[in-house]
Amino acid sequence: MTVTNYDALVRPDRVHGSLYTDPEIFAEEMERIFYRTWVYVGHVSEVPQPNDYVVKSIGPQSVIMTRDRAGKVNLLQNRCAHRANLVCDAPRGNTRAFRCQYHGWTYDSDGALLGMPYKQGYDGVIEKSELGLGRVPRVAEYRGFVFGSFAADGPSLLEHLGSATDAFDRLCRLSPAGEVAVSAGWLQHRVAANWKMLLENETDGYHPQFVHSSVFQVANSAIGALYGESSTAVCRDLGGGHTENDLRPEFRRLGVPMGWFGTTADKVPNYVARMRQSYGAGAEEILIDGSPHVMIFPNLFIAEIQLFVIQPLSVNQTVQHVTCVQLAEGEEMNRRMLQQTIGSVGPAGLLLADDTEMYERNQRGVASRLPEWLVLARGLKRERIDADGHTIGNNTDELTLRAIWRHWLTLMDPMAEGTAA
Amino acid sequence: MTGTTITDIELGEAEQFLYREARLADAHDYDAWEALWTDDAVYWVPAGGESATDPTTQVSVLFDNRSRIGTRIRQLKTGKRHSQSPNSSLCRLITNVELLGDHDGDTVVGAAMLAVESRDRGTTIWAGRCEYRLRRVDGELRMSWKKILLVDRDRALNTMSFLI
Repeated sequence: MTVTNYDALVRPDRVHGSLYTDPEIFAEEMERIFYRTWVYVGHVSEVPQPNDYVVKSIGPQSVIMTRDRAGKVNLLQNRCAHRANLVCDAPRGNTRAFRCQYHGWTYDSDGALLGMPYKQGYDGVIEKSELGLGRVPRVAEYRGFVFGSFAADGPSLLEHLGSATDAFDRLCRLSPAGEVAVSAGWLQHRVAANWKMLLENETDGYHPQFVHSSVFQVANSAIGALYGESSTAVCRDLGGGHTENDLRPEFRRLGVPMGWFGTTADKVPNYVARMRQSYGAGAEEILIDGSPHVMIFPNLFIAEIQLFVIQPLSVNQTVQHVTCVQLAEGEEMNRRMLQQTIGSVGPAGLLLADDTEMYERNQRGVASRLPEWLVLARGLKRERIDADGHTIGNNTDELTLRAIWRHWLTLMDPMAEGTAA
Repeated sequence: MTGTTITDIELGEAEQFLYREARLADAHDYDAWEALWTDDAVYWVPAGGESATDPTTQVSVLFDNRSRIGTRIRQLKTGKRHSQSPNSSLCRLITNVELLGDHDGDTVVGAAMLAVESRDRGTTIWAGRCEYRLRRVDGELRMSWKKILLVDRDRALNTMSFLI
């Protein structure tokens, strides 16, 4: 049952302010989006060894990602099957068994109940095999990126990702070994705003020139020009709520290897040599094209060299988790990417602190009653279709925001499909 | 080691330096604050977990060399650093000051920090252990190192764009 007629709150060119402030809508978003579709949880490199675990989340829910003894990745709930006490209190580690501190029930790293003290009292009363840790029913990965779905049935991960799989492929091919790792730890940035403010901002190409002008002014950055009026970069609706700013047209126009990273090939000679060794003639295109800027609906943002994970906590509280991508066999790049990440994102970052300021001011703004609606109209009349059939627009257009809301509406109000936005 | 002196810097002088550094940061007196640093300065705020031991392989909240300290200050001075526009209203206490030893000739000083930050978002309390390395340059004390180990570094942090 829907609590609201969402169709009336999402129009083709605007959305209603209550979508960011109504706690009931937030609760339904968790049910219909975060507990039903595929949500990004973690990366296999965070649990490299058998019995490794790391505590992750799906929305406000705590989820333990484990690698069991057989090598399989599991998503388990941090809740004892007996009296619901937490079974894991460290953020990461390696353990042969999760032991509940309340009555000593223990669980294997695949979630199965191993045993409990004084078990004779349970003889003939309960069946051990029925009392494991709660499991996220479906777990799947693409290029090492692990997603979970609380829905036992539904579209496969590949169907969910659709055209967005290309973003993972592009990210991985920046490594001479074709793999990335998530090994640099996480920054956790608390934001007093609705999660969709972050989701929308990640591929909003209209804001960088204004929100980040202070960085462009002092750091000699070329990022700003990618989001200017004369940029040949485009924004794209990848379908399924996934959106991107495709910066390749501009990088190809400039044609400078490593230009996407704001450097030249001679500054990272070992990396460039390894790439040419691995990819042969194809290396030049990879080195010019660089990394994707793609928002995977609803919570994973691949931001060139960083991963952002959006964790909604409540209607106006969100945590943005940020880390630096590390390239397998790309040590020379990894050091530079890490330093750039620390400088630009996270609570004190030269970039992200100002985005966060905007989310929070937005959130305070939507509390005002009038004019009620937020405008997403930019570029509505100049949308076009690319060779792959995707809708694209100028990089500063709000096409990506419209794409997000169109998909959001199909999830929140399936009956509205095709009638609005 | 004799009395409170480890190198040529005494506790009282070190304390006065830390208090001044805190006051300049609270007042957003960026030029005067930047002038306290040596040319080889490192300004470091680890994030949670392993970040506190290796900032070269793990993300930190802040890990500035002297050049990036300069960039950070220039950004604040553009007037378009939105997360500091308006500036946070700040007051911090520096206490439990101890001389801890020396590091390549610099005097290592430990202290506890408690800062209250007021913004539209609300009031945030920041607390942590600080470690400074102080050096006399041309007769004046300067700082070559400041590391702030926040008590809540393992948790999600609010934006922290002031000079902590």
